[in-house]
Amino acid sequence: MTLDEILDIPPYSLRKDDKEKLLLARLNELTELHRENCPEYARVYGAMGFTERAGSVEEIPFLHTAMFKEFDMMSVNPSEVVKTLTSSGTSGQKPSKIYLDRATAQAQQKALARIMSDFIGSKRIPMIILDCPSTLKDRKKFSARGAGILGFSVFGSKRIYAFDDDMKLDVDSLREFLGKISKNTLAGGGADLLLFGFTFMIWEYFCKAAEKSGLDLSNGILIHGGGWKKLANEAVSPEEFRRRLHDVCGISRVHDYYGMAEQTGCVYMQCEYGHFHASTFSDVIMRRPGDFSVCRFGERGIIQTVSVIPQSYPGHSLLTEDEGEILGEDDCPCGRAGKYFKVYGRLKGAEVRGCSDTYERS
Amino acid sequence: MTNLEKYDSAFTETFGIERGQLAGLKYQDIEAWDSVGHMSLTAALEEAFDIMMETDDIIDLSSYEAGMKILAEKYNVEF
Repeated sequence: MTLDEILDIPPYSLRKDDKEKLLLARLNELTELHRENCPEYARVYGAMGFTERAGSVEEIPFLHTAMFKEFDMMSVNPSEVVKTLTSSGTSGQKPSKIYLDRATAQAQQKALARIMSDFIGSKRIPMIILDCPSTLKDRKKFSARGAGILGFSVFGSKRIYAFDDDMKLDVDSLREFLGKISKNTLAGGGADLLLFGFTFMIWEYFCKAAEKSGLDLSNGILIHGGGWKKLANEAVSPEEFRRRLHDVCGISRVHDYYGMAEQTGCVYMQCEYGHFHASTFSDVIMRRPGDFSVCRFGERGIIQTVSVIPQSYPGHSLLTEDEGEILGEDDCPCGRAGKYFKVYGRLKGAEVRGCSDTYERS
Repeated sequence: MTNLEKYDSAFTETFGIERGQLAGLKYQDIEAWDSVGHMSLTAALEEAFDIMMETDDIIDLSSYEAGMKILAEKYNVEF
């Protein structure tokens, strides 16, 4: 099956056996492709002692995400690279560099669209970006935050940034924006307003500023990502985050997502029951820190992610620095097929990284 | 203005290029048609033809010719 055909499959429709078959074929194909075209990948592959095609998804070799910080990992000619994503390198650390060619960039966007339409519908709706415009200042080199904003922007029919570049909430413009929405589109069912932002930015800037603004965003659906590291340090739980958002602006539909610059597009959306879900286009495996053997469901381990998309860089199977736990497969009460899981955050001792965490107050 | 002229203007004005450059032009061929430029192009086309494109169509609009086909087939724009 070609990548385009895979991306036409509904994102939460494949059950265990069908999904294993699909992923295994595609991931083996990608392993081959990267062995042939990326010398660094071929070297690591050889050094790990792999010689033949994997017999199951769990046997697909995985790279540590740190490889993308140390080396220029690329499986295409540099002239074919149209976009370079850099992940958040917090001070003193090297950022990851992810090289995208046209096909990979487009597939990422398509996968994201498929996944998101399951939550917000295929109709584009007015969108408030809970960030500032300068995030997209350098068009050639996006931060993970910029890439996230741009990737999600396609779902907005009209878009507005909630903050100016001094991170001041622009209440007047937001009010005017909301005024137009209620006249035009409030009639239909579903969400009428999309809000998108990064978890830490929302907590640190939006919640505080919105409190006194009197904005009513109760008809909105909020999608946020980027990790909890900084909020965990401030002892803010996801429950507290949601409660406070509801208090300051009336919003009740809030979905976190788990994702990484190394596998942009294949986000793991949180369902109505608070579980992160793997879509048809990617999967998660938890591994034991000692010997990297596969954890049982319900056992905490290091998160490995696989994705059908990366063609221009060898990022189809990665060991992250996060800890998680598989809660189940094909039987979440929300009705979506596939594995669903919980994320505990960074492994102890791992480098501190998280894309919304890169905004430092000066 | 004919629909073709409107269509061409959306490209030439958004990307600051000449009409002569349009045939065969693909996403990411020129610096201006990057992902930020793509959102501006979408907005310009939507305004020119008073339409609201679906997410999938925006993603599939990967070349000058592909966009024309999408507008003709899905949004009843006659060229």
